[in-house]
Amino acid sequence: MAKNLPPTYDKIAKHEVFPETTSDEKARYNFLASLNKHLAHVSQGNKIAYENRVKPKFEKEKGRTFQSKNEVDDAMSDDPHYQIWSAMRRSTMEMRQQAGRSLTYRQGLKLKEKVEKLNAQKPNSLILNDDVKVPPYLLAVDNHLMPGSYHTELFEGDVSNAANYDGGLFVTTAGLLGKYSDGGGKAMADWMTTTYPDFQPKRILDIGCGMGHNVIPIARRYPDAEIIAIDTGRPMLKYGHARMVALGIENVTFMQAEASNLPFEAESFDWIQTTMFLHETGGKSIYNIMKEVYRTLKKDGITMHIEQPQYTDDMSFYEQWIRDWDAYNNSEPYWSKMHDIDPKDLMEDCGFDRNEYMQIGAKAINDLDDGTQKADEPEDHGRSPIWNVFGAWKR
Amino acid sequence: MSKENPEIDYISIASNKPKGKRPYFFKDPAIERVLNITMAIGMELAVVRERVDSLERILEAKGIMTREELENYVPANKDIADERQQWHSEYISRILRIVQQEMEELENPDKTLQDIADDIDKM
Repeated sequence: MAKNLPPTYDKIAKHEVFPETTSDEKARYNFLASLNKHLAHVSQGNKIAYENRVKPKFEKEKGRTFQSKNEVDDAMSDDPHYQIWSAMRRSTMEMRQQAGRSLTYRQGLKLKEKVEKLNAQKPNSLILNDDVKVPPYLLAVDNHLMPGSYHTELFEGDVSNAANYDGGLFVTTAGLLGKYSDGGGKAMADWMTTTYPDFQPKRILDIGCGMGHNVIPIARRYPDAEIIAIDTGRPMLKYGHARMVALGIENVTFMQAEASNLPFEAESFDWIQTTMFLHETGGKSIYNIMKEVYRTLKKDGITMHIEQPQYTDDMSFYEQWIRDWDAYNNSEPYWSKMHDIDPKDLMEDCGFDRNEYMQIGAKAINDLDDGTQKADEPEDHGRSPIWNVFGAWKR
Repeated sequence: MSKENPEIDYISIASNKPKGKRPYFFKDPAIERVLNITMAIGMELAVVRERVDSLERILEAKGIMTREELENYVPANKDIADERQQWHSEYISRILRIVQQEMEELENPDKTLQDIADDIDKM
């Protein structure tokens, strides 16, 4: 059914802290990557069911069309195709977490030892701080259905979820983010050097860096820049730092810090970046974070934020509703709420000049693409590596 | 519990339920329960198929083993037998994941994602 076959899991790039996989574990990921791709195709049936039976029935009964995405949700939730598609998609995400966590927790102590050994080689660029608390919006939910989320350590020094995240991104996106799952960071680095070839940032801040997969391409592109990558998840920071050392990168410091209370002086950074981070925050925090971005950004510095495609006014209630699927059923609840905010207003409210606001589209740069990925495929709402990037210069 | 990590119950940990009340898409949760088990078995069948395919190709290429030897194999000692039983334990936990998660939900009733979204919107 899917025209483009996903690359096999053995094509993923290994590094010293990458979790080992048995032949069965690799096969499990191959199955899940293909299943994700298949379900993206089957999702087209939802639109057909909506047009052919759900909408006509609603209109006949009510004598009017849908007036909100909640009405679409109520009507679609009774549709058999939507039911089986949703149940299978939810099941696929749960199987993906189970498959990843069974292989990383199986080797949990070994992963911890490997991470600690590499981190000891470069102790100054990993700064942990017990006083930094995990913000409530991250404690309220396990984003992407990963039990324990980014912060939980089931034993002292546990980095298993971070390793699960590293290997698992490949499966969820069916390999579209590239060998190192860094297609977003690469796209951002490329855009910056192409659009602003004279811009030479000295200090760069990456907020919500996770395991650092998207900051590494920026570090490679700007080897003379001092880069600080912050997160509140200790296991992600430890694993991300070890991963950086394993990849031979020198210029990133991983620091435990909270985005709405940045431990930096005003006007400290030339570039502040977030990648798929803001939709995992909260309704008040997003403003506090953006205010901190404004405060710590230098004059004539730039901030950019890679996010999911924004909902637009001309988007039908059906389109808005199907884009909400992952928010509620893949546990990224703020994703839906964030769509109610106009990013231009958000940035202006936090100090930026409305006239400096910019918005671009970005597509992942995929070094796994061997030319067999060219067929047109339906958009996999919430999974396609095609993003909306917004930001501004601070003048 | 694996040999290398005796104190980590990784089989149970791997099937833990994430936070938030689990959404069900069929009116009868029993359908979804069976579906989830079936999907996992489907996956495991694919895994076995890939492994068997690898084996057959390697063995045939090397001319090492006959099909008859494979058909008549029995575990040569207790360690091998235990390893195979351990595999069954992990396999069953994997395919019955949803039952474990429903039990965890029963023990710790959770908020819906809609409620969590409203909470988070105030955070």
